[in-house]
Amino acid sequence: MRTSTRRSHRLVAFAAVAALATGLLAGCANDSDGGSPDASGGGGGKGKTTLTIGTFGVFGYKQAGLYDEYMKLHPDISIKENVTTRTDVYWPKVLTRLQAGAGTDDVQAIEVGNITEAVETQAAKFVDLGKEVDKSQWLDWKLAQATTKDGKTIGLGTDIGPMAICYRKDLFQKAGLETDRTKLAALWKGDWAKYVDLGKQYMKKAPKGTKFVDSAASVYNAVLGGASVRNYDKDGNVVWDKSEGVKKAWDVAMTAATSNMSAKLKQFDPTWDQGFANGTFATVACPAWMIGYIEQKSGDSGKGKWDVAAAPTASNWGGSFLGVPTASKHQKEAIALAKWLTAPEQQAKVFAKQASFPSTPSAYANLTPQADTTAYFSNAPLTQIFSDSAKTIPSQPLGPKDKPIDGAITDIGILQVEQKGKTPAQGWDAATKEIKDVLGQ
Amino acid sequence: MTRSQEALAHPASSAEAAPGSQPGAARGAHGRGTPPAGAGSWRSRLYRWDMKASPYVFIAPFFVVFGAFSLVPLLYTAWYSLHSVQLSALDHQTWAGLDNYKNLFSSEFFWNALENTFTIGVISTVPQLVAALWLAHLLNYRLRGSTVWRVVMLTPYATSVAAATLVFTLLYSWDGGMVNWLLHFVGVGPVNWRESDWGSQFAVSSIVIWRWTGYNALIYLAAMQAIPSDLYESAALDGAGRWQQFRHVTVPMLRPTILFTVIVSTIGATQLFGEPLLFGGVSGSKGGSEHQYQTLGLYMYDQGWIIGNLGKASAIAWSMFLILLVVAVVNMLLSRRLRKSQ
Repeated sequence: MRTSTRRSHRLVAFAAVAALATGLLAGCANDSDGGSPDASGGGGGKGKTTLTIGTFGVFGYKQAGLYDEYMKLHPDISIKENVTTRTDVYWPKVLTRLQAGAGTDDVQAIEVGNITEAVETQAAKFVDLGKEVDKSQWLDWKLAQATTKDGKTIGLGTDIGPMAICYRKDLFQKAGLETDRTKLAALWKGDWAKYVDLGKQYMKKAPKGTKFVDSAASVYNAVLGGASVRNYDKDGNVVWDKSEGVKKAWDVAMTAATSNMSAKLKQFDPTWDQGFANGTFATVACPAWMIGYIEQKSGDSGKGKWDVAAAPTASNWGGSFLGVPTASKHQKEAIALAKWLTAPEQQAKVFAKQASFPSTPSAYANLTPQADTTAYFSNAPLTQIFSDSAKTIPSQPLGPKDKPIDGAITDIGILQVEQKGKTPAQGWDAATKEIKDVLGQ
Repeated sequence: MTRSQEALAHPASSAEAAPGSQPGAARGAHGRGTPPAGAGSWRSRLYRWDMKASPYVFIAPFFVVFGAFSLVPLLYTAWYSLHSVQLSALDHQTWAGLDNYKNLFSSEFFWNALENTFTIGVISTVPQLVAALWLAHLLNYRLRGSTVWRVVMLTPYATSVAAATLVFTLLYSWDGGMVNWLLHFVGVGPVNWRESDWGSQFAVSSIVIWRWTGYNALIYLAAMQAIPSDLYESAALDGAGRWQQFRHVTVPMLRPTILFTVIVSTIGATQLFGEPLLFGGVSGSKGGSEHQYQTLGLYMYDQGWIIGNLGKASAIAWSMFLILLVVAVVNMLLSRRLRKSQ
């Protein structure tokens, strides 16, 4: 009896060792595999080459059927998309992999908030795509954002985020405001302050349980996206506290935060989605990519009630790039894929699917949003509104720490004023302190 | 399998017993080193080597994994914490000495995070363990369908942090959340659970309490069931009521178990991360607009992955490690004292 229990002990121990050892080996195998996701491909043209593309959020390539189309055009290529939902999770991962020289995807998406950091610190890790394409296809400022000082283009522009104002016609009507999109646009044209002034008017007769905007932070982002100076000057110095753009955006956001017109939501929180569904706010500054989001989250209850008007000033919020890391084992194929996906025709297809707006002006002439979407937004001329905005967006110098700086202002400074009853001066001080911490000053 | 086959496969078990005079304690200390009959033969040397090395081989996998995924990163973090390292330039490390630590200890954000970690730790751990003890006490009675109750107790623990926190976030949303809806029946105005100072800490703690109370209750229950019933009988004979039995029999007998759960909960509280991060939603690593529920774990994540200052984040990591060491020492002293007083 004794020996048999010992035997079973040994068996268990052996099994444990075996399991751990296989685990370890598998781990190592995965590691060394990371760089070349497909062992069978890449060789002498035999078999399929698997290209991986790393994206975040919803790029819409899969949804628009572009991968399938490309694979049909190139039978020897198979495409695998690795999606990370949040950019703040996606980007650190990409940064470490780029520097390790392993584990990157063959095509890697870069968000506009990270593009300057990529250009300034990771340029050597990306293939120069400028040589591969006709650079004049892109909007000048879009191309410039992904180009180093010595002229290397590390990413091809995908979409941009030209701004409009999405508003609830039905709520405007109840509040006794103008509901026609051209007249509204004329009313606030040229100055975001006029937009929040209209908010004050809205609040006087606001339908019960509704506010004018979703959040003060979204107003800040919208205004800032149209400024010619953001947090950095042309020479790359941090000038956020002296920047005209920041000051203007802050002032407008403060009006929104302190005059009871904000629903005090945080964008992309579940409660924000609920706000869309329940119609608790009447307007939201909407870049083109938000159109699909609004349609989805507001659902049937919002159909035909939403409308779109031109924003006070042209402004950009968001947008991305596709780069090819030098660590890619299939550079040639990856470059071809990135080129194809960012070509005007394909950008137009993504627009047709989810209204992500092309960064290539030649696509503007024949952009057709989905009939459903147009109907959802009261037949607003989406293409015209967004392309008018796109053509006049000012070129804005970006910097490597734009994201944390913007975040400190919106998520610390503005939020304190909006939700904790702090004065604007206190909010500004808190943001200043936070940004000093961000910059390590 | 027959016994003879086993003996063949494991000559050790029969040989081992030979030199020792007590076959029952074959693995005793003196049995291990003593060579069997016929010393000097390759077989016996092999046997001796087997006896000496096997235990190490068996535990080696743990230490290999621990070394690769814990010890090396730990030391590497220490190295990083003495350098100025940016996430975007991992290869450009410049020696910074103790600058990261100095910077950290002079930063009000660090002390704020430490304080939050402590207060959230206390308001989540204390009620959680008290409730667990009470629940275990109730479950220890003869109950109809006791297995069902026990399984139910464990379900929160089996729920993922993300799912639980998402639900709690909706419950606590200040506009239209269920908690505020219930509060308005008792005449309390809507509380901004995410941005108010104590409200947010309470909300985060409640998620922790919800998840871990059942788990601790089951540990207590297991320990309670090991208490000999004659203790209760004699206590009952002496006229002790249920509460007195609980106080004078159950709790003293559970002391080692309570100490264990306190240690584990303290470690968990020091590392609290997932709940506040997800509770904060977008930009959750800030822990609220005034960092009112930013724990040390969140502060480290914010510095390292959002701001990209890995040197400072490493210094935070090491500070947390040192804090845990201090906690461990305090625990050790306490338990030693408890043992002496018994």
